[in-house]
Amino acid sequence: MASLIACPHCGPRPKEEFTVRGDAGITRPAPDAGEDAWHAYVYLRDNPRGRHKEHWHHTSGCRRWLVVERDTMTHTIHAVSDASAEGATA
Amino acid sequence: MTSYRLSRGGRIDRAKPLDFTFDGKPMQGFAGDTLASALLANGRQLVGRSFKYHRPRGILTAGAAEPNALVTIGEGGRTEANTRATLVELYSGLTAKSQNRWPSVDFDLGAINSLLSPFLGAGFYYKTFMWPAAFWEKVYEPIIRKAAGLGRATYEPDPDSYEKCWAHCDLLVIGAGPAGLAAALTAGRAGARVILADEGFEPGGSLLSETAPVSGKSASDLLAQTLAELADMPNVRIFSRTTVFGWYDGNVFGAVESVQKNTATIDPNRPVERIWRIAAKQAILASGAEERPLVFGGNDIPGVMMAGAMRSYLNRQAIAPGKSTVIFTNDASGYAAAADLEAAGLDVAAIVDSRPDAARTWSGKARILPGAVVVDAKGGRSLKGVTVLNNGRTETIAADALGMAGGWSPIIHLACHRGAKPVWSDAKAAFLAPQAQEGLTVVGAAASIGSIEACLADGAGKAASTLLALGFSKASAAFAEKADTTIVSKPLWRVHGSKGKAFVDYQNDVHLKDLGLAVSEGYGHVELAKRYTTNGMATDQGKLSNINAIGILAEARKVSPADVGTTTFRPFYTPLSFGALTGASKGKHFQPVRKSPLHDWARKNGAVFVETGLWYRSSWFPKAGETTWRESVDREVLNVRKNAGICDVSTLGKIEIFGRDAAEFLNRVYCNAFLKLPIGKARYGLMLREDGMIYDDGTTSRLGETHFFMTTTTAYAAGVMNHLEFCAQALWPDLDVQFASSTDQWAQIAVAGPKSRTILQTLVDEDISDAAFPFLSAKEVSLCGGMLTGRLFRISFSGELAYELAVPAGYGEAIADAIMDAGKPHGICPYGVEALGVMRIEKGHVTHSEINGTVIPSDLGFAKMVSTTKPDFIGKAMLSREGLMAEDRLSLVGVKPLDPATTFKTGSHILSEGAVPSLENDHGYVSSSCYSPNLGSTIGLALVKHGPKRHGEHVTVWNDLKNEYTKAVLCSPVFFDPENGKLHG
Ligand SMILES: [Zn+2]
Repeated sequence: MASLIACPHCGPRPKEEFTVRGDAGITRPAPDAGEDAWHAYVYLRDNPRGRHKEHWHHTSGCRRWLVVERDTMTHTIHAVSDASAEGATA
Repeated sequence: MTSYRLSRGGRIDRAKPLDFTFDGKPMQGFAGDTLASALLANGRQLVGRSFKYHRPRGILTAGAAEPNALVTIGEGGRTEANTRATLVELYSGLTAKSQNRWPSVDFDLGAINSLLSPFLGAGFYYKTFMWPAAFWEKVYEPIIRKAAGLGRATYEPDPDSYEKCWAHCDLLVIGAGPAGLAAALTAGRAGARVILADEGFEPGGSLLSETAPVSGKSASDLLAQTLAELADMPNVRIFSRTTVFGWYDGNVFGAVESVQKNTATIDPNRPVERIWRIAAKQAILASGAEERPLVFGGNDIPGVMMAGAMRSYLNRQAIAPGKSTVIFTNDASGYAAAADLEAAGLDVAAIVDSRPDAARTWSGKARILPGAVVVDAKGGRSLKGVTVLNNGRTETIAADALGMAGGWSPIIHLACHRGAKPVWSDAKAAFLAPQAQEGLTVVGAAASIGSIEACLADGAGKAASTLLALGFSKASAAFAEKADTTIVSKPLWRVHGSKGKAFVDYQNDVHLKDLGLAVSEGYGHVELAKRYTTNGMATDQGKLSNINAIGILAEARKVSPADVGTTTFRPFYTPLSFGALTGASKGKHFQPVRKSPLHDWARKNGAVFVETGLWYRSSWFPKAGETTWRESVDREVLNVRKNAGICDVSTLGKIEIFGRDAAEFLNRVYCNAFLKLPIGKARYGLMLREDGMIYDDGTTSRLGETHFFMTTTTAYAAGVMNHLEFCAQALWPDLDVQFASSTDQWAQIAVAGPKSRTILQTLVDEDISDAAFPFLSAKEVSLCGGMLTGRLFRISFSGELAYELAVPAGYGEAIADAIMDAGKPHGICPYGVEALGVMRIEKGHVTHSEINGTVIPSDLGFAKMVSTTKPDFIGKAMLSREGLMAEDRLSLVGVKPLDPATTFKTGSHILSEGAVPSLENDHGYVSSSCYSPNLGSTIGLALVKHGPKRHGEHVTVWNDLKNEYTKAVLCSPVFFDPENGKLHG
């Protein structure tokens, strides 16, 4: 019903202000990385039980994309950082 | 004889009588009554009929666990079914009705179900489903539907309002009984921000009904002093009438506060209920304990009540349970009730104590029967007496009230809401809260502590250590340490030898034999037994029954309750109203309405509006004498193509893009080239998804070296913004680029038609001739002699000579008026999105009807737009996939009927001429269609296999919904002015 995400820019905010995009552990391949790499990037996702890094957008706040490390079972949030600070995923 | 009000005593205010009705009968109670206590005061013990057997049922508890006294409160739109009378604060004008009875609660025809009870046992639904269908349909279902069920919801709208809000605190204390009050006092004194929430209308918990001295004071004095001190603390907030119903991640708690559920005169400016989301650094669970019923024959006859509830009604509301009471007990609590009854001058016929070594300290008048049990209670609609099995001898005792004291179970629901399972303790004969969980500390009776003094000490001590850990260095316990000396008895899960039905789950009518049947039929696992018997599945979720069911299953399986385990605890602790959950999100507040800055302009020009997402857009502008929308739209289209028209396009998404790398960034998010777009020029751009499909389209203009202005479609404005931000922040954080949505900052007006330049030139100070301002120009311009600066774009969706003029939103209406005035001599008319749609189909321009998530640029004839030289852009890699190169992909084509008198609809399928509809013969579908007044015919855009190669081919357009087959021809998607002569005019 209600959990809080500690935005590094705005402080703890209700999750309704955010939009989740999905796995932040994947890296956008180089344009010539080949079909397999691109297929994996666009379509293949793990569905882990436990700690998982995800991209969350602080849509109704600072509008920064964040990397949220969340436990998919307990919803405990272990870490939140700005996506740009995570190092380019390109 | 039944229950009645004593002339003295209690915490009620006899100077404040309150009139209410039950089943239409006028009754009176006092301030300080619950509906349940007021009913008992009026001698009304029978208040409902049970779910399955329609047995007469009375008030069993004095709290949230009540399984029987479910009533319907209120009238009309305020009707609220299945309300627990034990939690309803009495108010003047309250109307309550009993449920699940026909024609009346006293005489209920549904009670015939009791005679059918051999067929209604455990697993009844599963077994009867296997009977012949006809028997189920014709015999069982009508009976069940008529007879079973709870209260009925109203069909009228709820006239009241609800709200949701947040609260923040250092310490949330759940429950204002002794342990909770001690914790709140400790925290308040330490200077912490405290919220103390309690479901009752009067804080105090067991202190409200305690008659023995506590810490050398009377319980009521201790309570009054504590509340007075808390009330003086600005850092402590007391939420009465507030049930904390759930514990969620982030240590956020859900609570519902009853704001105006205790009055018949609702202030419309305030909510009736409020949902709180409480973010607490730490929380203390002081939710108390629930007394266990005893399972013996007839334990549901009105007059049978929990001993603790009896004591609460006696001491809080001065209710005598009857003329003569029998106490059936398994622990010390029964004696406390008996002592209070005798102190009030009431007769206690006997104390039946199942423990052979019971209570040598009893000094009251009542005789004690140690080692005895009540095997059966006698009576129908009210209790007449009990049959006691006393050391091998049977004895009948007359009584009109029976108090059951089966021991206590800690209320640990909240502590289990995040997945942890309770732990069985043999020493405490109870399931205890899971071991230490971060953020929540369980205290007092909820931690299985027995005496009030030990609860005070426990709440204070645990609060002090919690606060020290939070950094409140001054924190010290408000009450001294006190050991709990309560002796816990071995539980009595069931009485052997009962003749009558011994109920375990009152609300769902599950009795002892049902559980036995579940075990013998192989459903002894706690989760299976629950579903097989429905024990614990009623609206009370087994608050009273689950523990006895587990004990009974354990006995039957010859294991410990620890081995049986519990079912899962889930929010909500008590039922919540849909109104509270909905909050303010209803009616016009369900979602926001977006209005263009030109909304009022459009309205005064007679626009008919259409909802598109959150937006209201002007659809068409009917003139006097026009009777159909088509007449208006045809006129608008013809007039734009002949003279000029003005259209509100403010709803298009608008994004300002700045930064040294803005051009490079756009080059990566569009599939076509943007790096070298000159300043002062607009370009149509196609944005792809990473899988190669088209995501959105629009024009982007370069207003400066490092400043671009992007437009998106109305529907995808927010999505494109999120996408751009993701690309910039997560994919390419090294690029210097920033975005600002300016959709609401600009009023944007399309002026289209051969006379558009002449009209606009009267407003625009700069020269906008074709030479000075050719197609795809985009510049800041001065308007009306320098009064205003706007942005002018020479772009066209209609295919006409056309411009889009953007001005700051507040000037939109004035500028639109000025354009209308300037255009009057030239025959200008306002046109809406319908006419816009007709003109774009006439020109073969695509929208999201075509960009539907399945098309790539080449499908829409945009193959040449896709850059082959750019090293990378979103979607580039996947665009060369095998499937996307296939020859027979559905591709854009025009379609029109052979006979202009015939027509077809969007969504119809394209078949080879005369072919029978089938998957094989399906060649595609019509994505957009309209009537073109310029061509005098229906026209359509379609996505068809090999489409561009089939211009001129005759096909059948098939509409299965209407069973229509239209002969048609495929053609170029550009129906009108294919040379674009008008565009460049
Ligand atoms: Zn933020």
